[in-house]
Amino acid sequence: MNTSALILMITTMLVVTLITAYFFYKVLTIPPRSEPDSYSENDDVER
Amino acid sequence: MAAQSDSWGTRVGLILAMAGNAVGLGNFLRFPVQAINNGGGAFIIPYIVCFLLMGIPLLWIEWSMGRFGGKNGNHSTPFILDTMDPKRRFWKYFGVFGIFTNVAVAAYYCYIESWTMSYVMHSIKGTFRDLSQLETAQFFVKYVDIQQSTTGIPYEAIIFYILCLLLNTWILSRGLKGVERVARIGMPLLILFGIFLAVRGVTLGTSGANPEHPDASAIDGLNFLWTPQYDSLTNPKVWLAAAGQIFFTLSLGMGTVHCYSSYVKYKDDIALNAVSAGFMNEFVEVVLGSSIVIPIAAGFLGIDWVKENAGFGMAFQTMPYLFQNWGPAIAMIAGVMWFGLLFFAGITSSLAMGTPWMGFFQDEFKFTRKQAAWSFGAITLIMGLPTVLFYNEGVFDEYDYWAGTVSLVIFALVESILFAWIFGMKRGWHEINRGGDINIPHFFKFIIKYITPLLLLAVFIGSVFTPESNDWNAAFQSLFSGNGWPLDNTSLIKMISNAGYKQQLAAATDETVISGLKSRIFYTNAARILLISFFTGISILVYIAYKKRANLKIQKL
Repeated sequence: MNTSALILMITTMLVVTLITAYFFYKVLTIPPRSEPDSYSENDDVER
Repeated sequence: MAAQSDSWGTRVGLILAMAGNAVGLGNFLRFPVQAINNGGGAFIIPYIVCFLLMGIPLLWIEWSMGRFGGKNGNHSTPFILDTMDPKRRFWKYFGVFGIFTNVAVAAYYCYIESWTMSYVMHSIKGTFRDLSQLETAQFFVKYVDIQQSTTGIPYEAIIFYILCLLLNTWILSRGLKGVERVARIGMPLLILFGIFLAVRGVTLGTSGANPEHPDASAIDGLNFLWTPQYDSLTNPKVWLAAAGQIFFTLSLGMGTVHCYSSYVKYKDDIALNAVSAGFMNEFVEVVLGSSIVIPIAAGFLGIDWVKENAGFGMAFQTMPYLFQNWGPAIAMIAGVMWFGLLFFAGITSSLAMGTPWMGFFQDEFKFTRKQAAWSFGAITLIMGLPTVLFYNEGVFDEYDYWAGTVSLVIFALVESILFAWIFGMKRGWHEINRGGDINIPHFFKFIIKYITPLLLLAVFIGSVFTPESNDWNAAFQSLFSGNGWPLDNTSLIKMISNAGYKQQLAAATDETVISGLKSRIFYTNAARILLISFFTGISILVYIAYKKRANLKIQKL
């Protein structure tokens, strides 16, 4: 492969893979919200 | 309105289902072809810019609109849009697109999905083992010609289509839990199959060269795909193609994202969920999608062949033949993985297409989940049979153009204006960030308000006034030199008038060609009448539902 194609391919693939992994890791590790927080009475609904 | 009766089991399940909704056949077939046709490696730069300026903002818009609608018990776009602007009552009719598009696309999408089911079976049976390249391509032609059978089963294509539709309907009748289960199994398998094939593609090198194609090299395919051609960055065609690809790959403007997120609790995160699902789609598209079809085809047939033949048909007409070069056992495994991957990409999307219809009928006409699912199956069958029976007459392409392309752009443009300018950016920004697990940079507020609608407007105008041969520079030169704007036959204006067919008809002298073209025009117009009737039918149902709601309000008073 020519150098510029190789650099672009590896950079793009690495960046996309790392960002995907980072966001998915965050999804997996952020603890779920406590149940009362899901009640609509507590919501600050804007009118 | 129905109370929220269904919900997502887990956050991971929701993200996999959303990613599955976005990941489709286009990730593996459309993206590499678009990249090749638009400057190879240089395409990736506008593509990523459009992902950040249009894709991600639209994902946030759709997720937050859906969650906002779900709070009020609305799970389909007509009444989600309606509640966002109580002063004007016409938005709900734009919301019809969010149901219409899904059924019309599911109608032909399930047909493609049924091909993948059939091709998995044929890969296991070893049907393609001794076929030449031409015979493999002809096998597909024979398959879609319903008069012929590749297995001895009469009307095989119709039977597989109905089986596929039944499977989708049955899963939908199980509710979101069923959809989630399919996503939790299908998405990891899809990625696993994709990695196997991508590794084969990237490491193929020159080992696929043969006496017929002595210069064949997978490296040439990768070079062609990834070598930057910076001069193409100034070409509007490349930017429009990149914006279009981002749009279709993320399943934006369909109403499926709204529907899925309407089942998210009002205080739960959508900011992180949306980017996570969006990037998962990008991983499948950019990393896996670019490493399978093009390198494998270039590795066995040479880059010149790929340049001439790159297109959707390669998946079914070329890939099964190429896999045979790896010997019977690996050919079977590769065939099962390739068509299995396409099947999972397809079914996770077609299931998403069923949910807005179901949500609408459950909310407005008190259908049970099963009734809603089976009614979706029935209407998809009615709408889909013409695409199966008259595939060769162009009905399939007509659905794809109007429902799978034009409708999406119109709906996304309308929703971005409604969200940013009518609902208002202050409330909109609050909605997006409510319960957010990430802090969205503030400049996205500006992007959502100005850049995203402008980009969508550019895509829309680009499709209405597509210049001849897609050459924008030549078209501007022609316009400024007083010769007008030369329209291409693929522009929306020319498509409406069937200009392409009429041109061919005027030039044709052979009676068979003339009668073939006349028949094509007839079926094209018939398909359009069917689509318009369907859109009108849903609009009437939305009107009835609106009247029901109004009466209910009066009774309560």
